[in-house]
Amino acid sequence: MEYVSIIFGEVYKILFLLVPVLVSVAMVVWLDRKVWAFVQKRQGPNVVGPFGLLQSLADALKYIFKEIIIPSSSNKVIFILAPIVTMTLALIAWAVIPFSQTQVIADINVGILYLFAVSSLGVYGIIMGGWASNSKYPFLGAIRSAAQMISYEVSIGIIIINVLLCVGSLNLSDIVLAQQNLWFVIPLFPMFVIFFISALAETNRPPFDLPEAEAELVAGYQTEYSGMMYAMFWLGEYANILLMCALGSILFLGGWLSPIELYPFNLIPGALWLAFKILFLFILFALVKAIVPRYRYDQLMRLGWKVFLPLSLIWVVLTASYLFYFNLLPTN
Amino acid sequence: MAHAIFFYVFSTIAIISAIMVTASKNTVHSVFFLILDFISVSCLFIMIGAEFLGMIMLIVYVGAVAVLFLFVVMMLNVAQQKNQWFLSESSSKHIPIGLIISTLIFFELIIVIGGWKYKPDLLNNENLLTKNALSNTHSLGQVLYTDYIHIFQISGMILLVAMIGAIVLTFRQREGVKKQSYLKQISRERSEGVELINVETNKGVRVDD
Repeated sequence: MEYVSIIFGEVYKILFLLVPVLVSVAMVVWLDRKVWAFVQKRQGPNVVGPFGLLQSLADALKYIFKEIIIPSSSNKVIFILAPIVTMTLALIAWAVIPFSQTQVIADINVGILYLFAVSSLGVYGIIMGGWASNSKYPFLGAIRSAAQMISYEVSIGIIIINVLLCVGSLNLSDIVLAQQNLWFVIPLFPMFVIFFISALAETNRPPFDLPEAEAELVAGYQTEYSGMMYAMFWLGEYANILLMCALGSILFLGGWLSPIELYPFNLIPGALWLAFKILFLFILFALVKAIVPRYRYDQLMRLGWKVFLPLSLIWVVLTASYLFYFNLLPTN
Repeated sequence: MAHAIFFYVFSTIAIISAIMVTASKNTVHSVFFLILDFISVSCLFIMIGAEFLGMIMLIVYVGAVAVLFLFVVMMLNVAQQKNQWFLSESSSKHIPIGLIISTLIFFELIIVIGGWKYKPDLLNNENLLTKNALSNTHSLGQVLYTDYIHIFQISGMILLVAMIGAIVLTFRQREGVKKQSYLKQISRERSEGVELINVETNKGVRVDD
């Protein structure tokens, strides 16, 4: 009986997190298209619902009623498994995101490593989809994507080390609490910029969307997918983008903390502040998509390995020596 | 009780997927089973409280090493070769050698684990035991970076040498490869790139390059 109540409590908590995440994924798709449209002096989606707010819902309905086509020469089990893996990995990562000091599903000691591990597993959804389709374009897209994600993960990992040097703990709540006096975006600003660009590459967003470069690869690894399976890839992708924004705001923008500890700002709950920060980063993502042209593949690899990796390594040495010299290394 | 249930679930998955790695005919499936094996082993690590090791296992083995495995297997089309090898007569010749090697490894493991269990003084675990109060991330850091820093550095150097060796061995200078200089591309001026030519009618123009 005891176990049952524990399980029900956990399920309740998980639903309370996942339903808002999924709804906000749908809203964020609308926001993405709207920002994109405004940059190009267009209206964007404006037909379904007020301001076109229900556009994503209409799209989702359309995907649900479309037929799922499984290519006859594909590897069926892996073909079906791929979007499920993408979607699951995008959602389980939210378990460790702290929305305030108490509102977190799993406050584990190695939270940041967990997030990093889950985001590095994200490659598998894409490789599986690309390989199982048994077609040239998806396979090329999958290979591009895997190489790209592995390269940029390295620099993201080293940027995380920078933050961890200043915090002295792998726990996400500790990371946020360490920023009470000063958000890490100020002392580590170059790392924040590199993190943002690496996050663009890690989530296959423009200007690094080479895995699905439509001019060369049709739709990359998603070419053979249709109906709900395509929609799951797409939902997983946007959930991953939101997750990267959440990670960025926890590492650099002070998570749930309000920017000024004064009267009117204190009233706003922490979860709302975190949501604002995630939205801010997401609008930056959307603006980059609208403004910047696509990179060439060799330039992308050069940027990852020859520019970001050495820069972030040098910054690790700088941060460590600064903290050591001024005796600021956190001890606990 | 819940602990035991989870332990049996994860260890059963680990063992079955380890068997499937060798048993499945499709090589790509073998790699996927290997990944499943890694994941369930890291779950077991987390269950004994070594959460840092478990996560590092996920990041390093599943996130990077297994992806490279998958690349190689997908690109080289090993699946066909493996199938041929399974069907051919010569495969049975290798079975005795494989058996001998695996029994050797088995006995080595028994000696190590048995020694650890029944002769505690074989293993010097003072360093680990005294710092039990710390979380395992901290105690791993203590052991690696404070107690055994020189050994750690030396192993890092050996890895670096191996890496440079691998690059030198596979590096070859190719002739006639066109390379772009980013500096040149950026510093190009309009006067170098564009030229205005007066074209006479009915004569055309000849541009030498």
